[in-house]
Amino acid sequence: MAVCIAVIAKENYPLYIRSIPTENELKFHYTVHTSLDVVDEKISAMGKALVDQRELYLGLLYPTEDYKVYGYVTNSKVKFVMVVDSSNTALRDNEIRSMFRKLHNSYTDVMCNPFYNPGDCIHSRAFDNMVTSMMMQVC
Amino acid sequence: MDPGPGGAAAGGAGLLLPLSDTEQQRYSELFSLCCSPAPEGGSAPAPAAGGSKVGDLFRASQLPADTLHQITELCGAKRVGYFGPAQFYVALKLIAAAQSGLPVRIESIKSELPLPRFMALKNDIEMRYGNVAEIHGVKFQLPHPTLEKNSFKRSDEGDKKQETKSPPMSPMCSPPASPSNYQRIPLSYGYGKSRSGLEQPHGVSYEARHSTHQQDGPATGNYGSKSALVHSSLSRSLSVEREPQDSSNYPDDPWRITEEQREYYINQFKSLQPDLNSFISGSVAKNFFTKSKLPIPELSHIWELSDVDCDGALTLPEFCAAFHLIVARKNGYPLPDTLPETLLPDYLQQASFKPKRDCTLLDSYSESLPVSQQTRDFNRTELETVREDPTNSEPLILFDVATSVVEPKTSVEEMPDKSALTQDANSDDNQALNISTTAKTIPKDFKPSQHLSVKTVVQESNTLKARPRSRSYSSTSIEDAMKKGEEPPMPPPRPQKSHSRASSLDLNKIFQQNTQAVKSGWLPPPPALPPRPFVSQTEQVSEMELHPQMNRAPSQTEESSPTRKEILLTQPPSKPIRRKFRSENQMLENQELTPTSSVTSSLPAVKPHLPAQKQSSKQKRAIQTAIRKNKEANAVLARLNSELQQQLKEVHKERIALETQLEQLRPVTVL
Repeated sequence: MAVCIAVIAKENYPLYIRSIPTENELKFHYTVHTSLDVVDEKISAMGKALVDQRELYLGLLYPTEDYKVYGYVTNSKVKFVMVVDSSNTALRDNEIRSMFRKLHNSYTDVMCNPFYNPGDCIHSRAFDNMVTSMMMQVC
Repeated sequence: MDPGPGGAAAGGAGLLLPLSDTEQQRYSELFSLCCSPAPEGGSAPAPAAGGSKVGDLFRASQLPADTLHQITELCGAKRVGYFGPAQFYVALKLIAAAQSGLPVRIESIKSELPLPRFMALKNDIEMRYGNVAEIHGVKFQLPHPTLEKNSFKRSDEGDKKQETKSPPMSPMCSPPASPSNYQRIPLSYGYGKSRSGLEQPHGVSYEARHSTHQQDGPATGNYGSKSALVHSSLSRSLSVEREPQDSSNYPDDPWRITEEQREYYINQFKSLQPDLNSFISGSVAKNFFTKSKLPIPELSHIWELSDVDCDGALTLPEFCAAFHLIVARKNGYPLPDTLPETLLPDYLQQASFKPKRDCTLLDSYSESLPVSQQTRDFNRTELETVREDPTNSEPLILFDVATSVVEPKTSVEEMPDKSALTQDANSDDNQALNISTTAKTIPKDFKPSQHLSVKTVVQESNTLKARPRSRSYSSTSIEDAMKKGEEPPMPPPRPQKSHSRASSLDLNKIFQQNTQAVKSGWLPPPPALPPRPFVSQTEQVSEMELHPQMNRAPSQTEESSPTRKEILLTQPPSKPIRRKFRSENQMLENQELTPTSSVTSSLPAVKPHLPAQKQSSKQKRAIQTAIRKNKEANAVLARLNSELQQQLKEVHKERIALETQLEQLRPVTVL
């Protein structure tokens, strides 16, 4: 469903980024980068509100003619950005949420690994498999 | 390749190199190996062998480096700058000469020589030549799993060297020629290099001996990718860090842990964490496994494989699995992508406690969804921990096991397993009963868990770790475990149907109407019965207003002060009512206070009190309803009272406990 999935660290550098059409990757990287501004805007708008599940999911960040960008932020300010193709039949919000939840679960699994230092790039095979499963659902 | 180019090319190099048929076959196949994508024949640089591949191949011949240099010079590659077919063949012949112990000279290759031997070439060579395979089979007597045996023998390969029938492996593990085995290069290459100098004389003599036997076929070169493994160098390096293993009889599966290995792992576990049922934390395990000097990404992958419940800590079976993977990896086995079945924690636990279990049963363990497997494994883990440590928080854990039993899994094994283990675990009959009851009850039954949690509040630390990790996004898993561990021993008192602080009259009325509607059926008789408890409550209620009344308060002086507060709070709503009917109510309450007089008697007392008129009858009815409502309200409030008082007591207790804790924690300063 997703064409590009990215995990951005707290300091706004990418921990993991992967897109399905391997050509034109740069376009997606650029999109993710610009979406970070929107994410930051949304985070600051929340202010000191209580953090709960709803607020972790940021929703649609911005749509373009080709695709839509969704965002999700964890409690440790790690951001997940997902780019989905607009041509797909509109993915329901719940589906996007469930995808983010799976991402979050896999990310916590990666963090649990003591050999993973927070801030490193993510090389976990399990994480890769999960992302692949999410991205290959359409293609 | 046909022999034409071979001979012609050799001639082109200025040498008349007689190549036998087998030699030509071998050389051509090696050449094609080294320049795989290139076309055959020709003289242009295109068919030249790739320098790196050639280099690897030559190193695989296990000749010392200077010999190889000599060979390359002699064959003309240095001169022409590339390894054409001619140069390559000459080089191979020179290698053969060197391996047979002849000096590296052009003259030496004029004679008939055995084929050069290379260690650990690609498998595709085997594929191409069937005769090679069978020879290979003859020579290569160590099947794949028994390599593990080698890895754990202290130093048996010395004996192996001497056996002519033993596979003609040189004692050192050689670097692989094929770049595909990248994983083994960093591991084994170093060893190969370090030992090549030492072992060369042995190797040469050994191979010379073998060369007389092996005139046919390139036997030595064709080993499986896992063959050139495992020798004294590796086992010694292992022993530096870990105790060496006794010889073990291995089944076919390299991922199976033998008893000696298991004992070793358990000892290592104990060295890190004395309690066998507890966990090794991530950082401790990281330090320990880093000592194995495997690269961090591989260790990370091993951790991913072995920590099935992804909690950042290793239980004993998880630790054994991780250790085993590390050992296997050090011996050159590529890491699997998924955890082999024999390394699953539940398998390992069963194997450890039921060694006679049939393997087929365990094969039926379908590797179901990871989540369910995690919970299943984890429950089994908990079961095992329960078994070993009787002082552990059994009831709570067994409750989880009950849930797993209820789930439709591989039931055949689970039931006998569970029953056997629970029997072992529970010497206490009560707990056995508890298990049976919990097994029968619905897992979602709340009460048993509460009872169980009562017992386990004391052993919070174990409970915390034994909890399966829950996925919650508002808090971390540890927090969840904490929350569950701190579950109050008793359920909080059920909130009253009515609102606690009856600040608004309407709500009270609504509630009373509701209750009245509910209780309308039995309203008339109850006023006779309840007066006694009610009296005590109503006494208090009315006492605050009507001080000069009965002195029954002293009976409840204990609760009088808090209840007074409660009553005072509830006074405002009731006052308007009372004020309305004050005249009548006061009379009524006065009469209610008398314990002996029933309310019904008060009613007739009320009746003659009022003028027998329509208005009075209406008023009477109104009064009666009011009385009923008041009584009900009183009853409700009294109940509420008692519950709030209980809560208050509990809160007081908690507060005292917290204060004492604070006192203990506060440093002795600031005065």
